[in-house]
This record gives sequence, structure tokens and C-alpha cells, in this order.
Amino acid sequence: MSRIDAALGDLRSLEALAARDTALARLDARAKVVATLAFVVTVVSFDRYAVAALLPLAFFPLALAIQGELPAKPLLRKLLLAAPFAVMVGLFNPLLDRAPMLAFGDASVSAGWVSFASILVRFALTVGAALVLVAGTGMNTLCVALTRLGVPQVMTAQLLFLFRYAFVLGAEAARTSTARELRSSGRAMALAAYGPMLGHLLLRAFERAQRIHMAMLARGFDGELRSLRTLRWSTRDTVFVLGWSAFFLLVRLVDLPQWAGRALLGASP
Amino acid sequence: MHMADALLSPAVGGAMWLASGAALAVSSRRLREQGDDRLVPLMGVLGAFVFAAQMINFAIPATGSSGHLGGGLLLSILLGPHAALIVIASVLTVQALFFADGGLLALGANIFNLGVLPCFLAYPLVYKPLAGDQASARRVGLAAGTAAVVGLQFGALGVVLQAVASGISSLPFSTFLWLMLPIHLAIGVVEGLATAAIVLFVQRARPDLLGVHGPAASMPGLSPRSLLATLATAAVLMGGALSWFASPQPDGLEWSIARASGHTELAARDDGVHRLMAQAQQRLSFLPGYGFPSAGASESHGDAAWPAVDAGTSLAGLVGGVATLTVVCGLALLLRRRRRRISPE
Repeated sequence: MSRIDAALGDLRSLEALAARDTALARLDARAKVVATLAFVVTVVSFDRYAVAALLPLAFFPLALAIQGELPAKPLLRKLLLAAPFAVMVGLFNPLLDRAPMLAFGDASVSAGWVSFASILVRFALTVGAALVLVAGTGMNTLCVALTRLGVPQVMTAQLLFLFRYAFVLGAEAARTSTARELRSSGRAMALAAYGPMLGHLLLRAFERAQRIHMAMLARGFDGELRSLRTLRWSTRDTVFVLGWSAFFLLVRLVDLPQWAGRALLGASP
Repeated sequence: MHMADALLSPAVGGAMWLASGAALAVSSRRLREQGDDRLVPLMGVLGAFVFAAQMINFAIPATGSSGHLGGGLLLSILLGPHAALIVIASVLTVQALFFADGGLLALGANIFNLGVLPCFLAYPLVYKPLAGDQASARRVGLAAGTAAVVGLQFGALGVVLQAVASGISSLPFSTFLWLMLPIHLAIGVVEGLATAAIVLFVQRARPDLLGVHGPAASMPGLSPRSLLATLATAAVLMGGALSWFASPQPDGLEWSIARASGHTELAARDDGVHRLMAQAQQRLSFLPGYGFPSAGASESHGDAAWPAVDAGTSLAGLVGGVATLTVVCGLALLLRRRRRRISPE
């Protein structure tokens, strides 16, 4: 399977998850967007050496994933495969930041390893929350919510079109790629072939856009995109946003794990 | 390369969102004023094209490795900078949402590095003057190559500035820059080759798409005034945000010297007002605290201090962390069991 097919499969599987009728899907998409943004800001606002203090926040993506009945395995796999840039940059921390920071008996852990662990936890939390948001909402509903939250329609219409035609053009690109691979006995594509191949795809994209435009005009398109999808804000959504915000604030202000650890060890908290 | 939430502080992430959001707002207003409704499907389909093209690799001559298109510059050439910015922003958004590339807060930084810089810096200031009327194949190739390299060098500089200003990574500015610039020189050359190959093909097959009658020609040109205004706004926003915490945070290099030599600049302030302020700041600050593991720092904010070498704190943190994970996972399991019981009705 080519990279494009794999990517399209990923898009499709997340959309399929979002299409089911779950408790998470029934929430107003705006509530989920607002809560997720608050979550991300809370996570990144922690001190660079915070590791344990961040852990209670894992409850947010986990609880949402359960509400949405999302399968753990594909989401975790995506998390692991996701851009290793943060990990690569983070790996320099243990090399550069060698002051001891934690002491367990005779052994000590350097500040660099602590901040590296913090980067890993941050990465898992923020990226996990974004995946849960989209897998529990779906692109179409998400775009309606973004429009209602004030994102210009030019942007949301663009997102919807891109998402719709990524499948069409992606499939076309995958077929073209496969055809070339079958005729090239495993050689990588030369630049001399790349230009014409992508160029042809591009010209076909232009022609397709022209046909789509005519079809839209024939159906009365006047420059404005209208959606029949409506969002309904209920008390549940208010409770959802306020409840989670209160939780984030609590975790941000009180170092729960440190407190629990001291309580468990019998020291005064 | 995609910036990640894990390396950003809220202030830097917010500032980058502000800068990118302003550029996006200007661009979408410009498109609405233009009122060319052909663009709606064209931009969407070209976004899908870039999305697919990014996954097709070609062999880089004489290296044995392969590369692919980024797309910001190509879109600017085909659509003009305003529409191109919106298209590239939508591609980055889909990547952030579905492929976990970067994250939601870092999306602002990524749109800036990979969208605003190529569309509003590399395209008008490098590509356009070099390519002229796009009639000469050699000039188009040279212009695309140079503009792609310039755009990606600035993008890399953006990543380094954002990461160093955020203070999550320990990499000092100069080291990080020396790591990133050569890598992005290579990526820029690849981007230039890919862009030039496609533009040259279009120029031969459908010169009208690039010429005076093409979609780019029907797009609002970038007047020097609006270019200057956009760049100035971005610079002010970025500068304001960066200087805001340039003062509390020593620069990365100083910081590592201080660490290596064992000196820290934080002195304990014991009078009541200072301690209160320090405590309030420590607790409420939405900038990650720049508290270093020094005795002074730990004195000034009591038990809220993580960065203090203290066996008791370390152990409590470890035990508490494990306890928290247990509780969180336990709650999750309970929730799931309840849901299972409800769902098969």
C-alpha cells in the first residue's frame, strides 16, 4: 500500500469513528473545541520540569475517548508515528542540562532527563487531545463549529473542500504512482519524471475545479456556502465546558500528585 | 519541519497564532472583496493536490535520498499569495488534526513558518523579481529554487526563535540554528527543484495558467503597501511577544553557561511582598516558570517548587505521579465499564 493510500485510510478511519452516535458525538462541537483549546493551553503553561504535575490532565483525553467509544490501538499508533521532531529536539535536553534534579537514595536524575520526560508527556497529551477531538466530532461538524466560533467562512469552506477532494485527488495520485512504480522496476522517481507527472495531476486538478465550479453554478451557487447542519447548545455542553475548565484550573494551581505522594508517604502535604 | 505543542510556551504559541491569524484575516478579506467565486473550488482542489503531492517522493540527484514538495511557493505562483496562504493553512490544519503533526497551539507557528513566510516573503520579494514575466524557463527555475531556499531558511529561523523563546528545549540559540539551517538548506533545494519542475511543466503545457490570463493574474496583486503592512504587523506582534519575556528569561546560551559554571542569577528575596508576588506569579503565570533548580528559587516559592534537589520532593513526586496515573487509569476503566453496560441496550 502506498503512502497516499495509507494516509487516506487514516482520514477515512477517523471520519468513520466520528460518524457513530456516541455520547461524545452528541455534544455540541463548539463545546469540544473550546474545552480542547483550554486543555492545550493548560498543558503548555506548565513549568518545563513538570512531569508528575501534568499527569492528572491525562484524564481529559481518556475520558473523552471513552465517551466517544474510541478504540485505543489505532489512536496510540498514530501518536507513536506522529512527527518525531519534538522528541529529537527534546533529546538534546539530557545532553545539555546535566544538573541533578531528583534524588532517589543515592541515585539522581538530571534536570535534562526530567525536562525531556516533560516534553514527551506534553506531546502525548496535546496531540492525543487533538486526535480525540477530530475522531469524536468529524470534519464537517468541526467546520460548522469553527464558522460559528468566528473563523472566516473562506477558511472553513476551504477546509471542507480540501477534505472532500483529498480523497478524489489522493486516489488519482495513488493510481498514477502505482502505475509508474509498476513500470520502473523499483527505481526511485527521477526529477525528469516528477515534473511531468505532478504537472499532469495539477492540470487535471485545474480542470476538475472548473467542472466543479460549473456544477456549483448550475445548482445556484452565489459565492456563499450554506450548511443545513445545525448545532444545538444545551445545558450538557455548558456543564461540559465549565466542568473541564474547573478541572484544568485545579490541576494547574494544585500539584495533585506531589500532594498525594506526600500524603501517601506520611509527610505533611 | 513542523513545530510541536510540546516545545511551545503559551505566550509564543499565542503570539504566533496572532500573527498568522492576522495574515489569514487580511487574506480572506482580500479574497471576499475580490468576489471571484471560481476560486472557491479551485483553492479547495489545489489544497487537495498539495496534500497528495506531499506524499509523492522523487530521487534527489547524486545523493541516494528522496524528497517531496512542500507547496507554499508553488501555490503562491499559481494563485497569488493571499489565496495561497489560505490553502496552505488548510493543508496544515488537516495535518495537525488527522496526522498529529504539531498540534493545535503550534498550528499558528506552523502556518507562519510554512505559509506566511513563503507566501509573503519568498514569493513577492524573491520569486517575482527573479522570474520577471515567467517567459524564460531558466529564470523561472532559478527564481523558484532561490525563493524556496530563502523561504525555508526563514522558516527554520522561525522554528528556532519560537523554540528558544519558549524555553522548553535546552538547545541554545546558536547551536539550534546551526543544526537547523543546513538541514533546511537541503530541504529548500529539494523544494526548489520540485517547484521548478512543476512550474516549468505548466509553463510548457498551459502557459495561460501562469501568464496574464491565468488565475494568478486575476488575483489581487500584492501592493508594496500591503506587503509592508503585513510584514510590519507580523514583526510588531512577534517582537512584542518575544521581548515580553526576553527580560525574565536569560538567553539560552547565557543560561547554559550559568548552568555549567554553577552560578544562578536568581537570588532569594525574603521580604513579604516579594515572596507573595513570587508565589502568585509561580502559581498563576501562564509562562512556564523559569525557575532553575537553585536553593534560592526553592526558598522563594515553597513547596510549589519542582526544580529543587530534595530527596523528599523527588520521592513524593514519583509516588504521587504513579498514584495519579493509577487513579486516572482506574477512573477511565470504571467509566468504560459503565459505558459498556449502558451501550448494549
